[in-house]
Amino acid sequence: MLDLPTVAFYIIAILLVGTALAVVLSRNIVHAALFLAVFFGAAAGVYVLLNAEFIAIVQVLIYAGAVTILVLFAIMLTQNAMSRNANPFAGQWWLAAIICAALAIGIIYAVGSSKMALLSANASANMTTAGAAGGSIVRLGQLLYSPFDYSYVLPFEIASIVLLVAIVGAIVIGRED
Amino acid sequence: MSDFAWGVVAALVKSIIIIVALLTAFAYMTLIERRVLARFQRRVGPNRAGPLGLLQPVADALKMAFKEQFMPGRAFRFTFLLAPALSVFVALTAFAVIPLGDRTTWGTSPIARAWAPFVSDINVGILYTLAISSLAVYGIVLAGWSSGNHYSLLGALRSAAQMVSYEVSIGLSVAGVLMFAGTLNMVDIVHAQVHQGIWYILAQPLGFILYGIAAIAEVNRAPFDLPEAEQELVAGYLTEFSGLRWSLFQMAEYINMITTSSVLATLFLGGWTLGALHGILGAPFIWYGIKVAFFLFIFIWLRATLPRIRYDQLMRFGWQVLLPLSVLNALCTAAVVAFDLQWWVSGLIGLFIILVVSIIYYLRLRAHRQVDKSGIVPKSTGLDQVLPASVRLVNIDPSQPPTSPTHATEPAATTP
Repeated sequence: MLDLPTVAFYIIAILLVGTALAVVLSRNIVHAALFLAVFFGAAAGVYVLLNAEFIAIVQVLIYAGAVTILVLFAIMLTQNAMSRNANPFAGQWWLAAIICAALAIGIIYAVGSSKMALLSANASANMTTAGAAGGSIVRLGQLLYSPFDYSYVLPFEIASIVLLVAIVGAIVIGRED
Repeated sequence: MSDFAWGVVAALVKSIIIIVALLTAFAYMTLIERRVLARFQRRVGPNRAGPLGLLQPVADALKMAFKEQFMPGRAFRFTFLLAPALSVFVALTAFAVIPLGDRTTWGTSPIARAWAPFVSDINVGILYTLAISSLAVYGIVLAGWSSGNHYSLLGALRSAAQMVSYEVSIGLSVAGVLMFAGTLNMVDIVHAQVHQGIWYILAQPLGFILYGIAAIAEVNRAPFDLPEAEQELVAGYLTEFSGLRWSLFQMAEYINMITTSSVLATLFLGGWTLGALHGILGAPFIWYGIKVAFFLFIFIWLRATLPRIRYDQLMRFGWQVLLPLSVLNALCTAAVVAFDLQWWVSGLIGLFIILVVSIIYYLRLRAHRQVDKSGIVPKSTGLDQVLPASVRLVNIDPSQPPTSPTHATEPAATTP
């Protein structure tokens, strides 16, 4: 007997794999970008199943709402956005397929045999009751920013500096003289 | 039945009620907008169908239903059909977390709580609304691209750039309210306002104005309706749509307006509350309705008053004015909350910033107006420097016959 979250997970999983393949295989590049947006939405569904509402919403907000739109924007600025075969196969598609298969086997082996992964799976099963109480956003904030407890504030700030450098670089490159 | 099953039934029924209510509100918003716009322009407006023109939406719907639904030969069929449906779907979905009343409106028993007047009460409510509204751009971009028409594509491009730019300001301008409330849950934000005894518009005047401006841009309403600028782009992404598909886009726009007004009312005007008067049965809906109607009127008022701004002005305003001010607002609010100061400190800081920015804008406007009076644009005022180098203004010299290098290469054009 399957319970509701399991059924939902399998639906989302099929959607994820299907849209991921569609992104790669679609001949129309705008359709590929669209499938990418659906893919991000489905990934948000996985986060919801894991009781990580905040991450799920941020996933939709950033990846589906902004990143994919910027991808579409860039595609539409190019010459052949309107052509029906804007995303042809490159010559090395078989090489890419081999690398992807190797990567998938590696990940499946690592997740299936690693003791750490099994441990965290058990831990998260215990945490679902605690996360449902609604404290997940507060906990996340403390984990990210707290100056007193153990927190990820330093990596967070370093990441923001990296992004700042990227923004400044983009402005320098794109500036009109 | 179990509580879970009751919850599912209640959510379904409430969704249907809200969808029907939103569609009715959309139909009558079109009528109200036309009547109010007519008043602004000293006309009467549509008043023939039924008493006071109240049957006008019915007549419009019938007309739209029987119009030919044209599809261009070069259109991408599936996406062309998907785009209007997607717009309406996203607009309706975003409304799910808007609270029209308290959790205990109908009582405190579990069944009464299941029927509380909102579809969903999730912890990340305001973020959910922002995330779903950020998907609204897909409908427009896909519509513009799938039409197979360059004007439509340009409209889609504009809307993509505009919505992504203004989303940043929306998120940051909400941050101040969230710091005061300490929660992302829409119902709890209203409770926090009741608890602290103020509406957050008093503590966050700057945040309110920033959110309002950015939200108007986000729903593509005048003066930010560049994706459908008639003078430049025919009708932008809407060009190739007709009949019911066209009205689906209108529907999405008006529902987005209603959602935005509801978010404004909830975050800044205390949602369904009004002093102690929200305890009376049915009263919360009235207060909520009045607040939303007020914002909807402002939407129409702005459309009647302000001319559409130019594209480079739009981008400049979004990135160089709205975004820095939003960051400043978030910073000041964070300081007030961190040092545990009174709410009016934040309010005064916000008013002060608004005042300074208004004075700067007034002085710049006056400098431009003096130039206009003389009729000559001297180089020294830098009026032409406002334009980026990519924008070229046409120089019209009445003493010379109009010639241009492109015409000179064509023999037929040079000899009139």
